[in-house]
Amino acid sequence: MSKAVDRPGAEEIPSAPGARRIKTGAGLGAARLRAAADWPARQVTTSFVLPAVLLLFFLSIFPLLVSAYLSLTRFQFVPGGFALRWVGLANYGKLLVGIEQSHFLGVPKPPTVVGWLLFGLAASVLLLFAVRGITSASGRRGVVGRAAFAVVAGAGIWLAVRTLTPGGFPGTLLTTLIYVVVGIIVQYWLAFLCAQEVAGRRFFRVVFLLPMMITPVGIAYTFRILMDLGKGPFAPVWRALGLAEVSWANYAWGARLVVMLGDIWQWTPFMFIVLLAALESLPAELIEAAMVDGASRWQLFWRISWPQLIPVTSTLILIRMIEAFKIIDLPNVLTNGGPGTATESLTLHAFMAWRTLDIGGSAAVAYMLLFVVTFAALSYVNLAHRRLAEAA
Amino acid sequence: MRRRVSWLLVSILLLLPLAGVTPAASQGKPFDGVTVNVLTFTGPQIAEPLQRRGPDFGKLTGAKINVITVPFSDLYQKVLTDVATGTNSYQAFVFDPQWMADFVTPGYLEELTSRVNADKALQWTDIMPFFRNFSATYGGKIYTVPLDGDFQMVYYRTDLLQQAGLKPPQTWADYFKIAQTFNKKDLNGDGTPDFGSCIAKKRNAQSYWMVWSVAAGYLQAKGTREGSFFDADTMKPLTNNEAFAEALRVYVQTGQYGPPDELNWDVGDSRSGFVTGRCALSIDWGDIGPLAVDPKTSKVQDKVGAVILPGSPRVLDRKTGKLVACTVQKCPYSTGGVNHAPFAAYGGWSGAINKAAPAKVKDAAYAFLSYMSQPAQSSTDVTIGITGFNPYRRAHFTNLAPWLKSGMSAAAAKNYLGAISASLNSANMVLDLRIPQNQRYQQIVLDTAIAKMLAKELNIDQAMKEITDGWEAITNELGRDTQLKAYRESLGIPTK
Repeated sequence: MSKAVDRPGAEEIPSAPGARRIKTGAGLGAARLRAAADWPARQVTTSFVLPAVLLLFFLSIFPLLVSAYLSLTRFQFVPGGFALRWVGLANYGKLLVGIEQSHFLGVPKPPTVVGWLLFGLAASVLLLFAVRGITSASGRRGVVGRAAFAVVAGAGIWLAVRTLTPGGFPGTLLTTLIYVVVGIIVQYWLAFLCAQEVAGRRFFRVVFLLPMMITPVGIAYTFRILMDLGKGPFAPVWRALGLAEVSWANYAWGARLVVMLGDIWQWTPFMFIVLLAALESLPAELIEAAMVDGASRWQLFWRISWPQLIPVTSTLILIRMIEAFKIIDLPNVLTNGGPGTATESLTLHAFMAWRTLDIGGSAAVAYMLLFVVTFAALSYVNLAHRRLAEAA
Repeated sequence: MRRRVSWLLVSILLLLPLAGVTPAASQGKPFDGVTVNVLTFTGPQIAEPLQRRGPDFGKLTGAKINVITVPFSDLYQKVLTDVATGTNSYQAFVFDPQWMADFVTPGYLEELTSRVNADKALQWTDIMPFFRNFSATYGGKIYTVPLDGDFQMVYYRTDLLQQAGLKPPQTWADYFKIAQTFNKKDLNGDGTPDFGSCIAKKRNAQSYWMVWSVAAGYLQAKGTREGSFFDADTMKPLTNNEAFAEALRVYVQTGQYGPPDELNWDVGDSRSGFVTGRCALSIDWGDIGPLAVDPKTSKVQDKVGAVILPGSPRVLDRKTGKLVACTVQKCPYSTGGVNHAPFAAYGGWSGAINKAAPAKVKDAAYAFLSYMSQPAQSSTDVTIGITGFNPYRRAHFTNLAPWLKSGMSAAAAKNYLGAISASLNSANMVLDLRIPQNQRYQQIVLDTAIAKMLAKELNIDQAMKEITDGWEAITNELGRDTQLKAYRESLGIPTK
């Protein structure tokens, strides 16, 4: 009885041992010939992919590796040109424990009672989350992932509690996170409202898309003019309200709010257009059936529309989150990062260092941003995105 | 028909180059076909005269001048990344001569000594010695052609002071008295309250020079060679002592009489504020004087006075770090017991040439810079507010005709030029910082700490500590001996 084996050309034949070897050898030779003949066909796939891979390598991976090296060096001018002096982790040390610490991490103060309560609450939730990882059957990777997330998120919350305490001051790291979290929540909410069935929807659709067509620096200058309370269009209103002596530019939260307003105005259309497409693709039969059954508007949304929108929403937030971390144009043009460093994002922090050719320091800030974005994106994908997609 | 049109088009295309090239070629202009890319900052100041005079220079010489502009805060790195990477897309630069330490050391700039010495039309000795010997020269060699003269001064409204019977400020206490008198009063007749003092305080703009204009009189009293940034023996910063604390207190206090959003005002805003009559006082380079003459924008024509930066009757005792009263020994250059230390902030926009440019292009670039600086052009340019060029030649100070032609009255011109002359001729003039990577000391550490202090993120003591620690860290990074040597050389002190 013949027995099929996995290897092509190696069919087992009940015969003398030598004959079997000859037969197998002949099969192998034929297979090699066929493989050689197929080689060009197999390389077609590689040759189609290779240019893209090489392009990606030179435009993305190579700069990533070079900037990692730069973050470990110091740029200096020397006779005949410049030199990159190896300084190890000194540029990172400067950010985390050195002279740039207050700029990067902020100025911490002892938490108030409310701060302690908030931190205690957040720490309890994170602890519970980590413990559930151990008790549930999520595997070793799952436990380590949950523990790492709990530690890093806990440290972030502790930093936020201490630097947002009166007398303290958040650094560029936390300022960027505030832009991302607040911006995405408000943008999504506004976009969702805009995507509803309202009168004049076609007109609003066009109007709402306009910010996407304007260059970000143009938006920043527009907001700079709009928000000029001395000469801008709202100056008379401001004076009429008796607020002529008050300026948002002098207050950290005022300036941050203006930056966030610009960012929300700029990015809400992106959320809007994707949500609108998702809403319009929902099958009308389900909604009609629910309406026939007497469902209210809220029930229509919560029971019918929302579950179907979850995958789109989740992906949308992920894309927007990665993009939002890179905010630079608005704070740069509107406030130059001021007052003080109140509106400075991580990208602007890196850009300012780069402007004075502190290339190592700039690369270190950029790498810290990369770590934060990677951590946030991975956490989001593992903790929220997959579950939401599966639930949907 | 179609064939006829095609022939016509071909003929036009063939004849077009001839029409453009032949006349120029026949005239044998020295730089026919040569293009010079000049990099400077986004105008209208500085870029405007280069753009306006470029075509005139082209008609004379055949060279094509392309003026490329970038925001001020990007200029330093734009120049250096272009030359350091070997891109060399710019053949000439109009920039801050303060940065020369970073540009000359790696050998990126063309030495101009022999060209300048051979160029009679430039009238080199007509340029005031400070700009020739400090702004244009590094290590005893000439690298730039001065196009501008920079000193910061205090501007005041002559009409207001006259009405109130007040004199121009000699000390910062005088400054506050004037500012307080006119703050929240309508100074330009538009029915809205205006401001006693307007100073550009925006971060990451040009504001870090303003704070030093206040501090200079407290920190330097024994002449230019004493220096105001570091101890010239140890390279320890002079930024953590009673004198600097007092200067910061004064700087913060100016905000009480300023516009509510002063922290977001750059020099464009403060200049505009002053010439539209919204401010009684301001600190600025020489720009407000000519800008106030323009009838299209100015509401203060012939109402503007300028005066040397206010001084202090108390100065830093460098041994103890205390603020002590001026005596003849402690303040040898004081006037009436007040130590004035006019700050040569920035040093004046200057033109330099990329060493890596082809020889013919370097010749054309030098000819253009010389043309811009020659009295025939510069005497007019310094009287036009939008140019951003301020007086730097003897001819600019002695020949009043261009000033009168620009619309300035003789009295206003004398007052304006007198304030600059007083600063320029002061034996206690404060030189700007010119050591390797001075941008990091000033534009990053100083500017950020001052901005944080103004925003109340830091108090004065914390700001002083942040500046001192930051400067020490950079000095240690770059090498204390190297930085000290450069600092001493910039002050004209022999290296030990």
